Amino acid sequence: MQRSRLLTLAVATSAAAMVLAACGGGSDGGDAGAAPGGEVFAGPVGDGEGALSVLAWPGYAEDGSTDPAADWVTPFEEATGCQVDVKVFGTSDEAVKLMQGGGYDVVSASGDASLRLIYGENVQPINMDLVPNYADIFPDLKDRTHNTVNGVNYGVPHGRGANLLVWNKDIAGEDVDSWSIMFEGDSPTAGGVGPYDSPIYIADAAVYLMATQPDLGITDPYALDQEQFDAAIEVLKKQKGLVSEYWSDYNKQIEAITAGTMTGATSWQVLVNYYPENIGSTKAKEGATGWSDTWMIAKDTPNLNCAYKWLDWMASPETNATAAEWFGEAPANSKACELTADPEHCANYHANDPAYWEDVYYWNTPTEACLDGRTDVKCVPYAEWSKAWSELRS
Amino acid sequence: MTTAAATAPTGGFGYRHPRAKLVGLLGAPMAWLVVVYLGSLAALFLTAFWTVDGFTGAVVRTFTLNNFIDVFTTPAYLQVMVRTIGIAISVTLLCLILAVPVAYFMARVAPHRWQPLLIAMILTPLWASYLVKVYAWRAMLNPESGVIAWFLQPLGLGGPGFGAVGIIITLTYLWLPYMVLPVYAGFSRLPNSMLDASADLGARSWRTFRSVIVPMIFPSIVAGSIFTFSLSLGDYITAQIVGGKTQMLGNVVQQNYVTNLPFAAAFATIPVIIVLIYLAAVRRSGALENL
Repeated sequence: MQRSRLLTLAVATSAAAMVLAACGGGSDGGDAGAAPGGEVFAGPVGDGEGALSVLAWPGYAEDGSTDPAADWVTPFEEATGCQVDVKVFGTSDEAVKLMQGGGYDVVSASGDASLRLIYGENVQPINMDLVPNYADIFPDLKDRTHNTVNGVNYGVPHGRGANLLVWNKDIAGEDVDSWSIMFEGDSPTAGGVGPYDSPIYIADAAVYLMATQPDLGITDPYALDQEQFDAAIEVLKKQKGLVSEYWSDYNKQIEAITAGTMTGATSWQVLVNYYPENIGSTKAKEGATGWSDTWMIAKDTPNLNCAYKWLDWMASPETNATAAEWFGEAPANSKACELTADPEHCANYHANDPAYWEDVYYWNTPTEACLDGRTDVKCVPYAEWSKAWSELRS
Repeated sequence: MTTAAATAPTGGFGYRHPRAKLVGLLGAPMAWLVVVYLGSLAALFLTAFWTVDGFTGAVVRTFTLNNFIDVFTTPAYLQVMVRTIGIAISVTLLCLILAVPVAYFMARVAPHRWQPLLIAMILTPLWASYLVKVYAWRAMLNPESGVIAWFLQPLGLGGPGFGAVGIIITLTYLWLPYMVLPVYAGFSRLPNSMLDASADLGARSWRTFRSVIVPMIFPSIVAGSIFTFSLSLGDYITAQIVGGKTQMLGNVVQQNYVTNLPFAAAFATIPVIIVLIYLAAVRRSGALENL
């Protein structure tokens, strides 16, 4: 009797909770595949609205709280009157999720997030006439597939970097120039391989296949048809036998590389700066994946003037130099190179070396419509990448 | 004198309104239980039947069973389930093997005045941060420079390194107190008269242990195993730090919850189901009364 009453209560309450859950939360899916639209702000940029909510990679919007020397947010607030509220995110997927939830005015999106934001109608086209500093952005960063759709610009480039090959010289010797040490069974680094733990790493396998299996006809590692995609997954399955650890937390990589348990890995310049003498690094001869980040404006931002001011502020030579140097990447503004604290910064990061970037494939969002322009086949979309990666890792 | 007879019965508001008293007492905990606890479980379960937009990853509310079909038909995911259950069982058994002698010593061998100190020592590791402890194990398990590899080297053995064994060792360390405490309580409750009776009837110590002690403390052991088993089943941070490339159930959920929330939800219901099955089995042993 007592028990059955309790049971009834439990059933009734959980039913009530289900109804509640069904009513709230979640968001409506945007129409995927449909051409993105949205009004372009005609301008002119007026007075700031007094507030700006920024969604950024760690180190992209510093207000001096991490390091008093790194502060380009406070001067912005003083110059424009826009009070900045910064929220940082850890992965591109997280950034997309947060933008879908709304409440942010601008976001620093990598290429593997930007298209999802554009097609999901979370961001708006940018009127570059209202961003004077856009003129000085390196030409090879403009009008790329990850920031421009149908000739419409959706954001201002911030900086870029290549994913580097690092290796332990005690194990693999001085002269390493190929990703093969991370993929081939006879590699000296077998058992110490450290791939990046994200679905986007499938593109690294595709880059390797471009060089080793040209018959597959891969021209863009983010535009893989089913056959090419399966080949890449095959390579990664084989690689799994050589892996010591997958990393996404860069502290973990620093620890594992310096301790000597990770002996061949994919890495970033900002990490390489920490490594001791016996760790070599290079951009492998097969080419590399990389990132190119873009500042974008949320579609329905109430702080449009502040958002435009922010985009121009971040693209200015002074801010761009400080931010890129703080993070450890190549700045996007060509005039930034003269202003970096370390005069060698742009040389070290190959900012002004278009040849270096020719075989760097910036992170992009794979879509069903092939990004390389092929129309006779369907490409494998990002959701499938993500699924395949999760299966591979399991 | 005469007015005294007319006054209302003494006692507060609660005494006069027993129902209101009950609502006042149970209102907040019940609201918590229903809205926060059951509500989130229900939301989790419901989400598992939705799908996502293939491109933007936004949740689309169309009913589908595909998430569950994927979970139960993909060999890689079945492998993760089996591996996770295997790890949870290993951790539970290891905790048991370590906890029974420790608890027996604490409850029956050590002098009475030592007992608070011994309990404090068992509890001390719980005061340190979970992450600190796991990172400490990462340093110790390191196959190149770790202290375990260093100990085993003279014997010609390699350390376990990062992997399933590392996860089992670390989780055993983390959850051991949760096994020791209930078993200790079980041993403390054991009446001396029973052991005396057993000895009087001619049973040697092994026989007494097998026929008297084990049946008496069995519910406590099961109670401890509920903690070690379910805590291991849901853990994913330990696997991330000392697991090398080995993944557990929680890692798959973590990997998918941003890009494919419904699938992650479907996957997350599995440990819930496993624990419910375990609890149903345990209920028969009467261990739930010992929690």
